[in-house]
Amino acid sequence: MKEKLQNKIDTSDIAGAEVHEFVTLNVGPTHPATHGVFQNVMTMDGEYIVDAKQTIGYIHRAFEKIAERRAYYQILPLTDRLNYCSSPINNMGWHMTVEKLLGIEIPKRVQYMRVIIMELARIADHNVCNSVVGVDTGALTGFTYMFQEREKIYEIFEEICGSRLTTSIGRIGGFERNWGDRAWTKLRAFMKSHPARLKEFEALLTRNRIFLDRTIDVGPISAEQALNYGFTGPNLRAAGVDYDVRVANPYCSYEDFDFIVPVGTHGDTHDRFSVREAEMWESMSIINQAIAKLDAMEDKSTFNADSDEFVLPAKEKVYNNMEALIFHFKQVMGETAVPPGEIYSAVEGANGELGFYVVSDGGRTPYRVHFRRPCFIYYQAYPEMIKGSLLSDAIITMSSMNVIAGELDA
Amino acid sequence: MFALNNEIVSLTSEKLRSKFGEELLSEETIMDMPAYTFKKECIADVLRFLYDDETLKYRFLTDLCGIHYPDNELQFGVIYHLHSMENNQRIRLKVFAALNDINVPTATTVFKGANWMERETFDFYGIVFTGHPNLERILNVADMDYFPMRKEYPLEDGTREDKNDDFFGR
Repeated sequence: MKEKLQNKIDTSDIAGAEVHEFVTLNVGPTHPATHGVFQNVMTMDGEYIVDAKQTIGYIHRAFEKIAERRAYYQILPLTDRLNYCSSPINNMGWHMTVEKLLGIEIPKRVQYMRVIIMELARIADHNVCNSVVGVDTGALTGFTYMFQEREKIYEIFEEICGSRLTTSIGRIGGFERNWGDRAWTKLRAFMKSHPARLKEFEALLTRNRIFLDRTIDVGPISAEQALNYGFTGPNLRAAGVDYDVRVANPYCSYEDFDFIVPVGTHGDTHDRFSVREAEMWESMSIINQAIAKLDAMEDKSTFNADSDEFVLPAKEKVYNNMEALIFHFKQVMGETAVPPGEIYSAVEGANGELGFYVVSDGGRTPYRVHFRRPCFIYYQAYPEMIKGSLLSDAIITMSSMNVIAGELDA
Repeated sequence: MFALNNEIVSLTSEKLRSKFGEELLSEETIMDMPAYTFKKECIADVLRFLYDDETLKYRFLTDLCGIHYPDNELQFGVIYHLHSMENNQRIRLKVFAALNDINVPTATTVFKGANWMERETFDFYGIVFTGHPNLERILNVADMDYFPMRKEYPLEDGTREDKNDDFFGR
Protein backbone atom coordinates (compact mmCIF):
# COMPACT_ATOMS: atom_id res chain seq x y z
CA MET A 1 0.00 0.00 0.00
CA LYS A 2 2.57 2.49 1.08
CA GLU A 3 4.80 1.40 -1.79
CA LYS A 4 2.12 2.49 -4.19
CA LEU A 5 2.64 6.06 -3.11
CA GLN A 6 6.33 5.86 -3.78
CA ASN A 7 5.97 3.93 -7.01
CA LYS A 8 4.02 6.68 -8.64
CA ILE A 9 5.21 8.18 -11.89
CA ASP A 10 8.11 10.52 -11.51
CA THR A 11 6.70 13.94 -12.28
CA SER A 12 9.79 16.01 -11.60
CA ASP A 13 10.40 16.85 -15.24
CA ILE A 14 6.81 17.85 -15.99
CA ALA A 15 6.22 21.57 -16.04
CA GLY A 16 4.09 22.75 -13.14
CA ALA A 17 4.41 19.47 -11.25
CA GLU A 18 5.98 21.21 -8.26
CA VAL A 19 2.62 22.82 -7.58
CA HIS A 20 1.53 19.81 -5.64
CA GLU A 21 -1.59 20.09 -3.56
CA PHE A 22 -3.37 17.73 -1.27
CA VAL A 23 -7.15 17.71 -1.33
CA THR A 24 -9.14 17.46 1.88
CA LEU A 25 -12.12 15.22 1.41
CA ASN A 26 -14.94 14.70 3.87
CA VAL A 27 -16.31 11.18 3.85
CA GLY A 28 -19.38 11.26 6.02
CA PRO A 29 -20.89 11.84 8.57
CA THR A 30 -23.78 10.63 6.42
CA HIS A 31 -22.43 8.84 3.45
CA PRO A 32 -24.15 5.88 1.80
CA ALA A 33 -20.92 3.91 1.67
CA THR A 34 -20.10 4.04 5.36
CA HIS A 35 -23.18 2.19 6.73
CA GLY A 36 -23.62 4.37 9.75
CA VAL A 37 -22.71 7.77 11.07
CA PHE A 38 -18.97 7.93 10.53
CA GLN A 39 -16.99 10.94 9.50
CA ASN A 40 -13.52 10.69 8.06
CA VAL A 41 -11.58 13.75 7.02
CA MET A 42 -9.20 12.42 4.44
CA THR A 43 -6.18 14.12 2.95
CA MET A 44 -5.97 12.92 -0.61
CA ASP A 45 -3.16 12.92 -3.09
CA GLY A 46 -5.18 12.29 -6.21
CA GLU A 47 -6.86 8.95 -5.62
CA TYR A 48 -4.52 7.98 -2.80
CA ILE A 49 -5.09 8.59 0.88
CA VAL A 50 -2.27 10.39 2.60
CA ASP A 51 -3.90 10.78 5.97
CA ALA A 52 -7.27 10.28 7.60
CA LYS A 53 -8.81 11.54 10.79
CA GLN A 54 -11.94 9.98 12.22
CA THR A 55 -14.57 11.96 14.05
CA ILE A 56 -16.82 9.86 16.22
CA GLY A 57 -19.53 10.50 18.77
CA TYR A 58 -22.40 11.47 16.48
CA ILE A 59 -24.76 9.04 18.17
CA HIS A 60 -23.33 9.14 21.66
CA ARG A 61 -26.16 8.47 24.09
CA ALA A 62 -24.35 8.50 27.47
CA PHE A 63 -25.15 4.88 28.28
CA GLU A 64 -22.58 4.74 31.04
CA LYS A 65 -24.10 7.76 32.77
CA ILE A 66 -27.64 6.44 32.33
CA ALA A 67 -26.56 3.06 33.68
CA GLU A 68 -25.49 4.71 36.92
CA ARG A 69 -29.11 5.59 37.57
CA ARG A 70 -30.78 2.40 36.43
CA ALA A 71 -31.29 -0.78 38.39
CA TYR A 72 -29.53 -3.85 37.04
CA TYR A 73 -32.63 -5.12 35.26
CA GLN A 74 -33.14 -1.77 33.56
CA ILE A 75 -29.68 -1.66 32.02
CA LEU A 76 -30.58 -4.59 29.79
CA PRO A 77 -32.28 -2.43 27.09
CA LEU A 78 -29.21 -0.19 26.94
CA THR A 79 -27.02 -3.14 26.00
CA ASP A 80 -29.29 -3.88 23.03
CA ARG A 81 -28.22 -0.65 21.49
CA LEU A 82 -24.48 -1.23 21.59
CA ASN A 83 -23.82 -3.60 18.72
CA TYR A 84 -27.34 -3.73 17.39
CA CYS A 85 -26.47 -6.32 14.74
CA SER A 86 -26.07 -8.90 17.46
CA SER A 87 -27.99 -7.59 20.49
CA PRO A 88 -28.56 -11.04 22.05
CA ILE A 89 -24.82 -11.43 22.68
CA ASN A 90 -24.76 -8.09 24.49
CA ASN A 91 -27.84 -9.07 26.48
CA MET A 92 -26.36 -12.39 27.52
CA GLY A 93 -23.07 -10.69 28.34
CA TRP A 94 -24.88 -8.34 30.69
CA HIS A 95 -26.87 -11.14 32.35
CA MET A 96 -23.72 -13.14 32.91
CA THR A 97 -21.96 -10.13 34.40
CA VAL A 98 -24.74 -9.58 36.92
CA GLU A 99 -24.99 -13.29 37.64
CA LYS A 100 -21.26 -13.38 38.29
CA LEU A 101 -21.62 -10.46 40.68
CA LEU A 102 -24.56 -12.12 42.46
CA GLY A 103 -23.05 -15.60 42.34
CA ILE A 104 -26.04 -17.28 40.71
CA GLU A 105 -25.51 -20.76 39.29
CA ILE A 106 -27.14 -21.27 35.90
CA PRO A 107 -28.53 -24.71 35.00
CA LYS A 108 -26.92 -26.48 32.06
CA ARG A 109 -30.10 -26.42 29.99
CA VAL A 110 -30.30 -22.63 30.21
CA GLN A 111 -26.62 -22.31 29.36
CA TYR A 112 -27.05 -24.38 26.22
CA MET A 113 -30.10 -22.37 25.24
CA ARG A 114 -28.03 -19.22 25.65
CA VAL A 115 -25.29 -20.67 23.51
CA ILE A 116 -27.83 -21.25 20.74
CA ILE A 117 -29.04 -17.65 20.99
CA MET A 118 -25.55 -16.20 21.00
CA GLU A 119 -24.38 -18.26 18.05
CA LEU A 120 -27.49 -17.37 16.06
CA ALA A 121 -26.73 -13.72 16.74
CA ARG A 122 -23.15 -14.25 15.63
CA ILE A 123 -24.36 -15.78 12.37
CA ALA A 124 -26.71 -12.85 11.82
CA ASP A 125 -23.96 -10.34 12.51
CA HIS A 126 -21.35 -12.03 10.33
CA ASN A 127 -23.90 -12.45 7.56
CA VAL A 128 -24.58 -8.73 7.55
CA CYS A 129 -20.91 -7.79 7.71
CA ASN A 130 -19.75 -10.16 5.00
CA SER A 131 -22.58 -9.47 2.65
CA VAL A 132 -21.93 -5.74 3.06
CA VAL A 133 -18.30 -6.30 2.11
CA GLY A 134 -19.78 -7.89 -1.00
CA VAL A 135 -21.97 -4.86 -1.63
CA ASP A 136 -19.01 -2.52 -1.33
CA THR A 137 -17.13 -4.49 -3.92
CA GLY A 138 -20.12 -4.35 -6.24
CA ALA A 139 -21.96 -7.61 -5.53
CA LEU A 140 -25.40 -6.69 -4.29
CA THR A 141 -26.97 -10.09 -4.92
CA GLY A 142 -25.42 -11.89 -1.97
CA PHE A 143 -26.61 -9.18 0.35
CA THR A 144 -30.28 -9.64 -0.54
CA TYR A 145 -30.04 -13.41 0.03
CA MET A 146 -28.22 -13.08 3.33
CA PHE A 147 -30.70 -10.53 4.61
CA GLN A 148 -33.40 -13.07 3.99
CA GLU A 149 -31.44 -15.50 6.18
CA ARG A 150 -31.04 -12.88 8.87
CA GLU A 151 -34.79 -12.43 8.72
CA LYS A 152 -35.23 -16.09 9.63
CA ILE A 153 -32.92 -15.70 12.60
CA TYR A 154 -34.90 -12.68 13.72
CA GLU A 155 -38.07 -14.71 13.49
CA ILE A 156 -36.57 -17.21 15.91
CA PHE A 157 -35.72 -14.36 18.30
CA GLU A 158 -39.22 -13.04 17.89
CA GLU A 159 -40.68 -16.39 18.89
CA ILE A 160 -38.48 -16.50 21.96
CA CYS A 161 -38.66 -12.96 23.28
CA GLY A 162 -41.10 -11.00 21.15
CA SER A 163 -38.71 -8.59 19.51
CA ARG A 164 -36.33 -8.70 16.62
CA LEU A 165 -33.57 -6.15 16.46
CA THR A 166 -33.21 -4.74 19.97
CA THR A 167 -34.10 -7.99 21.61
CA SER A 168 -33.60 -7.55 25.39
CA ILE A 169 -33.65 -11.33 25.34
CA GLY A 170 -33.36 -13.34 28.53
CA ARG A 171 -33.40 -12.17 32.11
CA ILE A 172 -30.96 -12.31 34.97
CA GLY A 173 -30.80 -16.00 35.83
CA GLY A 174 -32.16 -17.40 32.59
CA PHE A 175 -34.97 -16.66 30.19
CA GLU A 176 -38.29 -14.89 30.62
CA ARG A 177 -40.18 -18.04 29.59
CA ASN A 178 -39.54 -21.45 28.16
CA TRP A 179 -39.17 -21.61 24.41
CA GLY A 180 -42.36 -22.52 22.64
CA ASP A 181 -42.76 -25.28 20.05
CA ARG A 182 -42.81 -22.76 17.23
CA ALA A 183 -39.42 -21.41 18.24
CA TRP A 184 -37.98 -24.91 18.12
CA THR A 185 -39.61 -25.63 14.77
CA LYS A 186 -38.23 -22.43 13.29
CA LEU A 187 -34.80 -23.07 14.74
CA ARG A 188 -34.65 -26.60 13.35
CA ALA A 189 -35.93 -25.43 9.97
CA PHE A 190 -33.28 -22.72 9.88
CA MET A 191 -30.52 -25.14 10.78
CA LYS A 192 -31.63 -27.33 7.92
CA SER A 193 -31.97 -24.66 5.27
CA HIS A 194 -29.16 -22.28 6.14
CA PRO A 195 -26.09 -24.34 5.10
CA ALA A 196 -27.25 -24.45 1.48
CA ARG A 197 -27.78 -20.69 1.45
CA LEU A 198 -24.42 -20.02 3.04
CA LYS A 199 -22.74 -22.23 0.47
CA GLU A 200 -24.56 -20.37 -2.27
CA PHE A 201 -23.33 -17.06 -0.86
CA GLU A 202 -19.77 -18.33 -0.64
CA ALA A 203 -19.97 -19.58 -4.20
CA LEU A 204 -20.77 -16.04 -5.25
CA LEU A 205 -17.71 -14.49 -3.68
CA THR A 206 -14.96 -16.78 -2.42
CA ARG A 207 -13.56 -17.68 -5.84
CA ASN A 208 -14.77 -14.55 -7.58
CA ARG A 209 -11.88 -12.89 -9.40
CA ILE A 210 -13.20 -9.37 -8.95
CA PHE A 211 -13.84 -9.92 -5.28
CA LEU A 212 -10.40 -11.42 -4.69
CA ASP A 213 -8.71 -8.56 -6.53
CA ARG A 214 -10.62 -6.02 -4.53
CA THR A 215 -9.96 -7.57 -1.11
CA ILE A 216 -6.58 -9.32 -1.03
CA ASP A 217 -3.91 -7.10 0.54
CA VAL A 218 -6.42 -4.35 1.12
CA GLY A 219 -6.29 -2.73 4.55
CA PRO A 220 -3.84 -5.16 6.14
CA ILE A 221 -2.63 -5.06 9.71
CA SER A 222 0.10 -7.17 11.27
CA ALA A 223 -0.56 -9.33 14.33
CA GLU A 224 1.81 -7.24 16.42
CA GLN A 225 0.13 -3.97 15.46
CA ALA A 226 -3.31 -5.47 15.94
CA LEU A 227 -2.48 -6.56 19.49
CA ASN A 228 -0.95 -3.20 20.29
CA TYR A 229 -4.07 -1.47 19.08
CA GLY A 230 -6.27 -3.72 21.21
CA PHE A 231 -7.90 -5.63 18.38
CA THR A 232 -10.09 -8.55 19.37
CA GLY A 233 -12.53 -10.85 17.63
CA PRO A 234 -12.44 -11.79 13.95
CA ASN A 235 -10.24 -8.79 13.10
CA LEU A 236 -7.50 -9.99 15.43
CA ARG A 237 -7.90 -13.60 14.34
CA ALA A 238 -7.60 -12.52 10.70
CA ALA A 239 -4.17 -11.14 11.60
CA GLY A 240 -3.19 -14.58 12.88
CA VAL A 241 -3.74 -14.45 16.65
CA ASP A 242 -5.96 -17.28 17.87
CA TYR A 243 -7.52 -15.38 20.73
CA ASP A 244 -11.18 -16.12 21.35
CA VAL A 245 -12.85 -15.42 24.69
CA ARG A 246 -14.98 -18.54 24.25
CA VAL A 247 -11.81 -20.62 24.38
CA ALA A 248 -9.51 -18.52 26.56
CA ASN A 249 -12.05 -17.89 29.33
CA PRO A 250 -14.98 -20.19 28.64
CA TYR A 251 -18.33 -18.90 29.84
CA CYS A 252 -21.79 -20.35 29.49
CA SER A 253 -20.39 -23.92 29.13
CA TYR A 254 -18.53 -23.22 25.89
CA GLU A 255 -15.97 -25.74 27.14
CA ASP A 256 -18.53 -28.48 26.41
CA PHE A 257 -18.49 -27.72 22.71
CA ASP A 258 -16.12 -28.83 20.04
CA PHE A 259 -15.18 -26.08 17.62
CA ILE A 260 -12.14 -24.58 16.00
CA VAL A 261 -10.97 -20.97 16.03
CA PRO A 262 -10.29 -19.97 12.43
CA VAL A 263 -7.33 -17.66 11.90
CA GLY A 264 -5.99 -15.72 8.92
CA THR A 265 -2.46 -14.79 8.02
CA HIS A 266 -2.31 -11.26 6.61
CA GLY A 267 -5.02 -9.42 8.48
CA ASP A 268 -6.32 -7.97 5.23
CA THR A 269 -9.89 -7.55 4.11
CA HIS A 270 -9.98 -10.96 2.49
CA ASP A 271 -8.76 -12.64 5.67
CA ARG A 272 -11.34 -10.85 7.75
CA PHE A 273 -14.01 -11.97 5.31
CA SER A 274 -12.77 -15.56 5.32
CA VAL A 275 -12.46 -15.75 9.09
CA ARG A 276 -16.07 -14.61 9.45
CA GLU A 277 -17.24 -17.13 6.88
CA ALA A 278 -15.40 -19.93 8.67
CA GLU A 279 -16.78 -18.78 12.00
CA MET A 280 -20.32 -19.03 10.74
CA TRP A 281 -19.76 -22.71 9.94
CA GLU A 282 -18.36 -23.20 13.42
CA SER A 283 -21.37 -21.44 14.89
CA MET A 284 -23.67 -23.74 12.94
CA SER A 285 -21.81 -26.72 14.33
CA ILE A 286 -22.02 -25.33 17.89
CA ILE A 287 -25.77 -24.82 17.55
CA ASN A 288 -26.22 -28.37 16.25
CA GLN A 289 -24.22 -29.70 19.18
CA ALA A 290 -26.29 -27.63 21.60
CA ILE A 291 -29.56 -28.86 20.09
CA ALA A 292 -28.32 -32.45 20.37
CA LYS A 293 -27.35 -31.91 24.00
CA LEU A 294 -30.72 -30.35 24.78
CA ASP A 295 -32.56 -33.17 23.00
CA ALA A 296 -30.65 -35.71 25.06
CA MET A 297 -31.68 -34.00 28.30
CA GLU A 298 -34.72 -35.29 30.13
CA ASP A 299 -35.46 -31.90 31.56
CA LYS A 300 -37.49 -29.86 29.07
CA SER A 301 -38.89 -27.25 31.39
CA THR A 302 -36.07 -25.47 33.25
CA PHE A 303 -35.60 -22.03 31.79
CA ASN A 304 -34.07 -20.11 34.64
CA ALA A 305 -31.97 -20.49 37.74
CA ASP A 306 -33.33 -21.47 41.10
CA SER A 307 -32.90 -18.20 42.91
CA ASP A 308 -36.05 -16.59 44.25
CA GLU A 309 -34.30 -13.42 45.18
CA PHE A 310 -33.16 -12.35 41.74
CA VAL A 311 -35.06 -14.40 39.21
CA LEU A 312 -38.39 -12.86 38.29
CA PRO A 313 -41.49 -14.80 39.44
CA ALA A 314 -43.49 -16.69 36.84
CA LYS A 315 -45.88 -14.57 34.80
CA GLU A 316 -48.97 -16.56 35.86
CA LYS A 317 -48.14 -15.70 39.44
CA VAL A 318 -47.47 -12.05 38.66
CA TYR A 319 -50.84 -11.65 36.95
CA ASN A 320 -52.84 -13.49 39.60
CA ASN A 321 -51.08 -12.94 42.85
CA MET A 322 -50.57 -9.62 44.61
CA GLU A 323 -47.36 -10.59 46.43
CA ALA A 324 -45.74 -11.88 43.28
CA LEU A 325 -46.67 -8.67 41.46
CA ILE A 326 -45.14 -6.52 44.17
CA PHE A 327 -42.05 -8.68 44.26
CA HIS A 328 -41.71 -8.50 40.49
CA PHE A 329 -41.92 -4.72 40.67
CA LYS A 330 -39.36 -4.56 43.45
CA GLN A 331 -36.92 -6.69 41.51
CA VAL A 332 -37.17 -4.66 38.34
CA MET A 333 -36.79 -1.42 40.30
CA GLY A 334 -33.68 -2.77 42.01
CA GLU A 335 -34.98 -3.33 45.53
CA THR A 336 -33.21 -6.65 45.94
CA ALA A 337 -29.80 -6.30 47.51
CA VAL A 338 -26.83 -6.60 45.21
CA PRO A 339 -23.56 -7.23 47.05
CA PRO A 340 -20.79 -4.63 46.82
CA GLY A 341 -18.06 -5.71 44.49
CA GLU A 342 -16.07 -5.01 41.43
CA ILE A 343 -16.17 -7.19 38.42
CA TYR A 344 -14.99 -7.49 34.87
CA SER A 345 -16.72 -10.00 32.68
CA ALA A 346 -16.28 -10.56 28.98
CA VAL A 347 -18.03 -12.39 26.20
CA GLU A 348 -16.94 -12.98 22.65
CA GLY A 349 -19.12 -10.49 20.84
CA ALA A 350 -19.58 -10.73 17.10
CA ASN A 351 -16.83 -8.18 16.51
CA GLY A 352 -14.58 -8.73 19.48
CA GLU A 353 -14.28 -8.99 23.21
CA LEU A 354 -17.28 -7.25 24.70
CA GLY A 355 -16.44 -6.50 28.31
CA PHE A 356 -18.50 -5.18 31.19
CA TYR A 357 -16.73 -3.55 34.09
CA VAL A 358 -19.16 -3.06 36.95
CA VAL A 359 -18.49 -1.50 40.34
CA SER A 360 -21.27 -2.03 42.85
CA ASP A 361 -21.43 -0.26 46.17
CA GLY A 362 -24.40 -2.30 47.32
CA GLY A 363 -26.90 0.29 46.13
CA ARG A 364 -29.83 -0.33 43.85
CA THR A 365 -27.92 0.86 40.83
CA PRO A 366 -24.32 0.16 39.86
CA TYR A 367 -21.80 2.73 41.02
CA ARG A 368 -19.98 2.58 37.73
CA VAL A 369 -20.50 0.64 34.54
CA HIS A 370 -18.00 0.63 31.75
CA PHE A 371 -18.64 -1.12 28.49
CA ARG A 372 -15.53 -2.35 26.75
CA ARG A 373 -16.73 -1.88 23.19
CA PRO A 374 -14.46 -3.76 20.81
CA CYS A 375 -14.96 -1.53 17.79
CA PHE A 376 -14.31 1.68 19.74
CA ILE A 377 -10.88 0.30 20.47
CA TYR A 378 -9.95 -1.12 17.10
CA TYR A 379 -11.43 1.64 14.95
CA GLN A 380 -8.55 3.90 16.00
CA ALA A 381 -6.22 1.83 13.82
CA TYR A 382 -8.26 2.70 10.73
CA PRO A 383 -6.06 5.58 9.43
CA GLU A 384 -2.98 3.42 9.71
CA MET A 385 -4.67 0.64 7.77
CA ILE A 386 -5.78 2.83 4.89
CA LYS A 387 -2.86 5.23 4.50
CA GLY A 388 -1.47 4.93 1.01
CA SER A 389 -4.43 3.04 -0.37
CA LEU A 390 -7.20 4.11 -2.70
CA LEU A 391 -10.37 5.72 -1.46
CA SER A 392 -12.47 2.81 -2.71
CA ASP A 393 -10.27 0.40 -0.74
CA ALA A 394 -10.77 2.46 2.39
CA ILE A 395 -14.52 1.90 2.10
CA ILE A 396 -14.11 -1.88 1.90
CA THR A 397 -11.61 -1.85 4.75
CA MET A 398 -14.11 -0.09 6.94
CA SER A 399 -17.00 -2.41 6.16
CA SER A 400 -14.80 -5.46 6.68
CA MET A 401 -13.80 -4.18 10.12
CA ASN A 402 -17.43 -4.42 11.21
CA VAL A 403 -17.52 -1.05 12.92
CA ILE A 404 -21.00 -0.54 14.34
CA ALA A 405 -21.91 3.06 15.12
CA GLY A 406 -24.04 2.17 18.13
CA GLU A 407 -21.21 0.37 19.80
CA LEU A 408 -18.58 2.87 18.76
CA ASP A 409 -20.33 5.80 20.37
CA ALA A 410 -22.17 4.04 23.23
CA MET B 1 -15.41 -16.69 36.26
CA PHE B 2 -11.92 -16.29 34.86
CA ALA B 3 -9.60 -19.07 35.94
CA LEU B 4 -6.75 -17.82 38.11
CA ASN B 5 -3.30 -18.93 37.07
CA ASN B 6 -1.95 -18.99 40.63
CA GLU B 7 1.65 -19.42 39.68
CA ILE B 8 1.61 -16.36 37.44
CA VAL B 9 -0.40 -14.32 39.92
CA SER B 10 2.07 -14.90 42.75
CA LEU B 11 4.96 -14.26 40.39
CA THR B 12 3.32 -11.00 39.29
CA SER B 13 2.84 -9.87 42.88
CA GLU B 14 6.37 -10.82 43.80
CA LYS B 15 7.94 -9.02 40.88
CA LEU B 16 5.82 -5.91 41.33
CA ARG B 17 6.65 -5.81 45.03
CA SER B 18 10.38 -6.14 44.51
CA LYS B 19 10.47 -3.75 41.57
CA PHE B 20 8.17 -1.01 42.78
CA GLY B 21 8.22 -1.45 46.58
CA GLU B 22 6.77 1.67 48.12
CA GLU B 23 4.95 2.70 44.98
CA LEU B 24 2.74 -0.37 45.09
CA LEU B 25 0.13 0.85 47.56
CA SER B 26 -2.08 -2.20 47.87
CA GLU B 27 -2.84 -5.55 46.33
CA GLU B 28 -5.90 -7.72 46.64
CA THR B 29 -7.86 -10.27 44.67
CA ILE B 30 -11.38 -9.08 43.97
CA MET B 31 -13.52 -12.05 42.97
CA ASP B 32 -11.58 -13.55 40.07
CA MET B 33 -9.17 -10.73 39.33
CA PRO B 34 -5.96 -9.67 41.11
CA ALA B 35 -5.92 -5.90 41.56
CA TYR B 36 -2.96 -3.65 42.32
CA THR B 37 -3.06 -0.01 43.29
CA PHE B 38 -0.07 2.15 42.45
CA LYS B 39 1.05 5.70 42.97
CA LYS B 40 0.04 7.46 39.79
CA GLU B 41 3.51 8.73 38.89
CA CYS B 42 4.85 5.26 38.17
CA ILE B 43 1.99 3.75 36.16
CA ALA B 44 3.69 4.09 32.77
CA ASP B 45 6.76 2.34 34.18
CA VAL B 46 4.58 -0.41 35.63
CA LEU B 47 2.88 -1.00 32.28
CA ARG B 48 6.22 -1.02 30.52
CA PHE B 49 7.68 -3.42 33.10
CA LEU B 50 4.77 -5.83 32.83
CA TYR B 51 4.92 -5.60 29.04
CA ASP B 52 8.64 -6.27 28.79
CA ASP B 53 8.88 -9.03 31.39
CA GLU B 54 9.77 -12.26 29.64
CA THR B 55 7.60 -14.54 31.77
CA LEU B 56 4.66 -12.33 32.70
CA LYS B 57 4.00 -10.85 29.25
CA TYR B 58 1.07 -8.58 30.04
CA ARG B 59 1.02 -7.36 26.48
CA PHE B 60 -2.62 -6.66 25.87
CA LEU B 61 -4.47 -3.67 27.25
CA THR B 62 -8.03 -4.91 27.47
CA ASP B 63 -9.61 -1.85 28.93
CA LEU B 64 -8.90 1.53 30.43
CA CYS B 65 -11.53 3.63 32.14
CA GLY B 66 -12.05 6.25 34.80
CA ILE B 67 -14.00 6.30 38.03
CA HIS B 68 -14.98 9.06 40.43
CA TYR B 69 -15.25 8.78 44.23
CA PRO B 70 -16.20 12.31 45.30
CA ASP B 71 -15.82 11.52 49.02
CA ASN B 72 -12.22 10.37 48.78
CA GLU B 73 -9.28 12.70 48.93
CA LEU B 74 -7.90 11.12 45.78
CA GLN B 75 -11.17 11.43 43.92
CA PHE B 76 -10.34 10.23 40.45
CA GLY B 77 -9.26 6.77 39.53
CA VAL B 78 -8.00 5.24 36.32
CA ILE B 79 -8.49 1.51 35.97
CA TYR B 80 -6.43 -0.64 33.62
CA HIS B 81 -7.26 -4.19 32.70
CA LEU B 82 -4.27 -6.06 31.38
CA HIS B 83 -4.26 -9.49 29.81
CA SER B 84 -1.33 -11.82 29.46
CA MET B 85 -2.59 -13.90 26.58
CA GLU B 86 0.18 -16.45 26.76
CA ASN B 87 -0.42 -17.19 30.43
CA ASN B 88 -4.13 -16.45 30.09
CA GLN B 89 -4.13 -14.26 33.16
CA ARG B 90 -5.88 -10.94 33.57
CA ILE B 91 -4.98 -8.31 36.15
CA ARG B 92 -6.37 -4.95 37.12
CA LEU B 93 -4.26 -1.91 37.93
CA LYS B 94 -5.53 1.23 39.59
CA VAL B 95 -4.17 4.68 40.16
CA PHE B 96 -5.84 7.57 41.92
CA ALA B 97 -5.44 11.32 41.57
CA ALA B 98 -6.70 14.34 43.49
CA LEU B 99 -8.78 17.06 41.88
CA ASN B 100 -6.04 19.67 42.22
CA ASP B 101 -3.43 17.34 40.75
CA ILE B 102 -5.43 15.55 38.13
CA ASN B 103 -2.84 14.13 35.84
CA VAL B 104 -1.71 10.61 35.15
CA PRO B 105 1.14 9.51 32.86
CA THR B 106 -0.12 8.25 29.54
CA ALA B 107 -0.18 4.57 28.59
CA THR B 108 0.12 5.37 24.90
CA THR B 109 3.89 4.94 25.15
CA VAL B 110 3.27 1.22 25.69
CA PHE B 111 -0.07 0.58 24.01
CA LYS B 112 -1.25 2.45 20.93
CA GLY B 113 -4.77 1.31 21.73
CA ALA B 114 -4.73 3.41 24.89
CA ASN B 115 -5.02 6.55 22.77
CA TRP B 116 -8.81 6.67 22.41
CA MET B 117 -9.49 5.06 25.74
CA GLU B 118 -7.56 7.85 27.45
CA ARG B 119 -9.31 10.45 25.33
CA GLU B 120 -12.62 8.96 26.44
CA THR B 121 -11.54 9.05 30.08
CA PHE B 122 -10.45 12.66 29.68
CA ASP B 123 -13.70 13.48 27.94
CA PHE B 124 -15.86 12.14 30.75
CA TYR B 125 -13.75 12.70 33.88
CA GLY B 126 -11.29 15.41 32.96
CA ILE B 127 -8.32 13.26 33.88
CA VAL B 128 -5.30 14.66 32.05
CA PHE B 129 -2.93 12.08 30.64
CA THR B 130 0.47 13.70 30.48
CA GLY B 131 2.39 12.86 27.34
CA HIS B 132 -0.71 11.90 25.36
CA PRO B 133 -0.24 12.81 21.68
CA ASN B 134 -3.72 14.24 21.11
CA LEU B 135 -5.74 14.69 24.26
CA GLU B 136 -9.06 16.04 22.94
CA ARG B 137 -12.67 15.25 23.62
CA ILE B 138 -13.79 12.27 21.64
CA LEU B 139 -17.47 11.48 22.12
CA ASN B 140 -18.77 14.82 23.37
CA VAL B 141 -18.67 18.10 21.48
CA ALA B 142 -15.37 19.94 21.63
CA ASP B 143 -16.75 23.08 23.29
CA MET B 144 -18.37 21.29 26.23
CA ASP B 145 -17.14 22.95 29.43
CA TYR B 146 -17.69 20.22 32.01
CA PHE B 147 -16.94 16.53 32.52
CA PRO B 148 -20.28 14.75 32.53
CA MET B 149 -19.41 11.44 34.21
CA ARG B 150 -18.31 13.16 37.41
CA LYS B 151 -20.70 12.37 40.22
CA GLU B 152 -21.68 16.00 40.82
CA TYR B 153 -23.57 16.07 37.54
CA PRO B 154 -26.91 14.35 38.02
CA LEU B 155 -28.44 12.52 35.09
CA GLU B 156 -31.61 14.55 35.27
CA ASP B 157 -32.25 18.17 36.07
CA GLY B 158 -32.25 18.32 39.86
CA THR B 159 -34.41 21.45 39.99
CA ARG B 160 -37.49 19.85 38.52
CA GLU B 161 -40.47 19.95 40.86
CA ASP B 162 -43.06 18.09 38.78
CA LYS B 163 -41.48 14.75 39.47
CA ASN B 164 -40.95 12.99 42.78
CA ASP B 165 -37.87 10.87 42.35
CA ASP B 166 -37.42 9.78 45.96
CA PHE B 167 -38.28 6.19 45.26
CA PHE B 168 -36.27 5.77 42.11
CA GLY B 169 -32.62 5.83 41.41
CA ARG B 170 -29.82 7.04 43.54
